[in-house]
Amino acid sequence: MAAKVFVYLDHFNGQILPASLETIGAAKTAAAALGSPLAALVVGPEAQSVAIQAIQHGADEAWVADAAELKDFRAEAYATVVSKALKDAGAEVFMLPATSRTRELAAMVAVDLATGVAPDVVAFEVKDGKLLATRPVYAGKLMTKVMMPQALPQILLIRGRVFPRPEPDAARSGPVNKLDAAVGTVKSEVLGYKPSDGGVSLTDAGVIVSGGRGVSNNPSLTPPAEITDEREKEIWRAQKGFELVRQLAAVLGGAVGASRAAVDAGYVPYSFQVGQTGKVVSPDLYIACGVSGAIQHLAGMRTSKTIVAINKDSEAPIFKVARFGVVGDLYEVLPALAKELGSRLGK
Amino acid sequence: MNIVVCVKQTPDTAATVTVQDGKVSWGDAPLVINPWDEFAVEQALRTKEAHGGKVTALSLGPEAAKEALKHALAMGCDEAVLVSDPAISAPDSLVVSTVLAAAIAKLGEVDLVFFGRQAVDSDTGLTGAQVARRLGWPSLSLAAAVTALDPGAKTITVARMLDEGRQEVKAPLPAVVSVTKEICEPRYPSFMGIRKASKAPIPVWSLAEIGISAAPQSVLTWPEVFAPPKIETQCEIVAGDSAVAKAAALAARLIEEKVI
Repeated sequence: MAAKVFVYLDHFNGQILPASLETIGAAKTAAAALGSPLAALVVGPEAQSVAIQAIQHGADEAWVADAAELKDFRAEAYATVVSKALKDAGAEVFMLPATSRTRELAAMVAVDLATGVAPDVVAFEVKDGKLLATRPVYAGKLMTKVMMPQALPQILLIRGRVFPRPEPDAARSGPVNKLDAAVGTVKSEVLGYKPSDGGVSLTDAGVIVSGGRGVSNNPSLTPPAEITDEREKEIWRAQKGFELVRQLAAVLGGAVGASRAAVDAGYVPYSFQVGQTGKVVSPDLYIACGVSGAIQHLAGMRTSKTIVAINKDSEAPIFKVARFGVVGDLYEVLPALAKELGSRLGK
Repeated sequence: MNIVVCVKQTPDTAATVTVQDGKVSWGDAPLVINPWDEFAVEQALRTKEAHGGKVTALSLGPEAAKEALKHALAMGCDEAVLVSDPAISAPDSLVVSTVLAAAIAKLGEVDLVFFGRQAVDSDTGLTGAQVARRLGWPSLSLAAAVTALDPGAKTITVARMLDEGRQEVKAPLPAVVSVTKEICEPRYPSFMGIRKASKAPIPVWSLAEIGISAAPQSVLTWPEVFAPPKIETQCEIVAGDSAVAKAAALAARLIEEKVI
């Protein structure tokens, strides 16, 4: 029987993103409910090896496209391959992990096939043969259910760290077929690539330690005499504070985040920002240090499993969403906590 | 350079958004220009300031969405156009991209279209790439910097923020660029700008005027909007005589509760 449910594996040079594996699990549920085998789509370098891992994680078959024009991810080219594959197969459901590449890919495929996309899906059910997806809107202040009653395939971008990751089974096997990889002329050209500093990615992180405006609040620190500008002094203090945040994150193997106030004040770059206009995260543990808890920040982290707030101000709104709170000076609490956890965890 | 920047009117991010009788409400909170789009407007203005030309702000929405366009004009855009038609209701991104692509085609020889990365109400982040696909132009999303722009050779190079780092991509113009916050710091509208914007005429185009005879229909339906389940938390304030004691107590509790 031909597969009607497809899952896209986002990978970076053959390195599968964790959210891709979680999406196999989600798509497997949909396939079972619809009585269809699950087919994996893999495009780009190392497609063959990614396809085999997809099958080991639950896909029944895989379709791969690997050609010179597909070496770098370029949404235009990848969309052409994926749209054709889905059309030829008469796909009814197409799930992708929600990553920095796939949003654009899904958007273009939807135009090609005149269908809809439900982004950032956190739950779904199968109702009368159709998917009824749930996704956050207004940065998670509300949820909406989404359906595509007529259009096919129903495209869902699955949010990371929501669905469980299936265990691999090395004994699983299935056919790996070649897709038409012809994409014609691709207009854009990837010139180069600069990897990030190798830290844990915020969206994948199981633990996040984040700093807010409060990290600069240590009057006892004296900046070097050559810094005369008040703002520069504040940033200098903030960087000392973020060093403590970083040390705690390192002990826990976690990522470093920041509030918008901290980013706007120039303490850390925007890529660290958690919140409505930053990254939306959902780690197992979120430790907010000197973060007051503005509504925009809460929107980006409120679904974290356990939230810990460390703040001098016992009235800070962050304590309203926290499971554990410490009212105290983060300059004293963070080093002590890093030391204590370090020795308890044997690091 | 003929530059277009697409903007959307959204509730302010500080708004408390609720559902009443199945309808979304943001109370008295003001409607503003989508915060991400302010970065797109700023980048469009900087591009014009560096290379000449003009910037047109474009929006799809009800008459009230003119306020978002006025903000763009007050920041310095030269012109603004609103597409509004009673035949469009609850548009999904497929509909919005159809309309915006047709309006951009009507604007003539456009070199660059800027978008913010997503709207803070629907949070889809799909429209820019869909407009690019419809126009057959390259889509440069998650742009954190324009690293080169050559109006003579008609090429643009941007640095894109991906999960794994920064990717530099070059594309021929015309192109669609969706920007992140890193790209620039939006300017505040000047007093003069606000005065000028309040007097500027904003043409309203119907679907027929952009060459669309039958209103495109959404393929998505939203059967239910609801408030997320309240997270019931009772914050346990960890006590101790000193910061060190509090830290030790917190570590103990985190381990006891199997958080770590």
